[in-house]
Amino acid sequence: MVLTKHKVWLTKSALHIGCALPLIWLYIQIELDNLGGDPVQYIIHFLGMGVLHTLVLTLLISPLAKRFKVGWLLRSRRAIGLWSFAYLVLHIFSFLAFDLLFDWSLLLSEIIKRPYITVGMIASIIMLALALTSPQLIQRKMGRRWQLLHKLVYLVAILGPIHFWWSVKSGNVEPAIYLLIFMALLWWRRPVKQISRRSGLASTK
Amino acid sequence: RSLSFEKTLRYGINDELTPEDKIVSHNNFYEFGTDKTDPAKNAQSLITDPWSLTIEGDVANPRVWTVEDILKEFPLEERIYRMRCVEAWSMVIPWLGFSLANLIEKAEPGASAKYVAFETLYDPEQMPGQKSRFVGGGINYPYVEGLRLDEAMHPLTILSLGLYGKTLPPQNGAPIRLVVPWKYGFKSIKSIVKIRITDKMPPTTWNQLASNEYGFYANVNPNVSHPRWSQASERRIGSGGLLSAKRIPTEPFNGYGDQVASLYEGMDLRQWY
Repeated sequence: MVLTKHKVWLTKSALHIGCALPLIWLYIQIELDNLGGDPVQYIIHFLGMGVLHTLVLTLLISPLAKRFKVGWLLRSRRAIGLWSFAYLVLHIFSFLAFDLLFDWSLLLSEIIKRPYITVGMIASIIMLALALTSPQLIQRKMGRRWQLLHKLVYLVAILGPIHFWWSVKSGNVEPAIYLLIFMALLWWRRPVKQISRRSGLASTK
Repeated sequence: RSLSFEKTLRYGINDELTPEDKIVSHNNFYEFGTDKTDPAKNAQSLITDPWSLTIEGDVANPRVWTVEDILKEFPLEERIYRMRCVEAWSMVIPWLGFSLANLIEKAEPGASAKYVAFETLYDPEQMPGQKSRFVGGGINYPYVEGLRLDEAMHPLTILSLGLYGKTLPPQNGAPIRLVVPWKYGFKSIKSIVKIRITDKMPPTTWNQLASNEYGFYANVNPNVSHPRWSQASERRIGSGGLLSAKRIPTEPFNGYGDQVASLYEGMDLRQWY
């Protein structure tokens, strides 16, 4: 028991550091003026990629836990999910602050008019709902409905890369790779779903 | 290297100049990578001397110009122009150049001349983006652009060889590039090796890549949005930091309407975007 606690603590610490490092790196690069004459696009893109990368991580957790029979790994999933949400908030904030320069009406009209932003916004609202319901207290209160709600992360995993795909000017290779990664992850999770309940329970006992 | 020039023409612009360090470190030049900082990083070894520019096609005097010949023949002026990128950011740049019309007149276009086609250097050894689709954003190189002959002959249209009093840095299109200030930046093709006078509308790179997003004309137009973002306003890159930029309304023809709108009389600019 103590050992598992330690492992959880260590894993979580490593994850927090790992997720914070890119932000620190970005901040230093901005301060050092290393991102060119107008880093706005770079910053927005960098943070958006942060959302995708942390999302990949959250989706990896449960198949990895199953594959290597380390049920305690599941306990670090919420932390990564919240990091994903943090990157998302910064991604949207930098778009609003640095690109639109707080032109809120432009933000609203862009959300409505531009399919790629609409898609991004739908995914963001889902992520907001997941973040708000992430405390364990709420999780317990919601019961089965919590499970259902949090399955929407699969939708985010599709909408996110689509948003990326539609946002690029040319060269769809990279977005395509991300879309494939997410599809593969979802595929990987699907067939083992039913067994996961049982083995997941077994390993946490 | 510094360049000498005769006079400065502001064309009614009183906007603050974008600092030189921003103009030379924020570039779209996919031949050197798709990130804005890639060209400044990867273009420094581009050999721009010797360089020749061929003018050919429906002309009485086709010719291969060297940059030295061009500098000898056409006195440079400083032209302070707004530069509006299709991505909705903009700068104010002091170009050094001369009217493209002067060069075209020397070539004497023929009776059927209607369009001008431009081509960027194709040299995968020097341009990593041309070697790999991944680096070059999936563009079919060489980069090509085009203008209608009357657009090319318009006094605002220049061939530029410098900015801020010096020769162009490679990332800005050295040694010689086009500048068409009332059109989105991608029309202003860089590092030109060939100009061809023709009777047919020439293919243009971004139009070939996504014709629903980038038209042949690509005149700056706040009323026709890009499918993925509004063109009604733009982020002016000034001298300050991240939050000091301004979002300003975009003007039709980038503010040069009184000089160029007549070129498009009777044309539906929603159709001919």
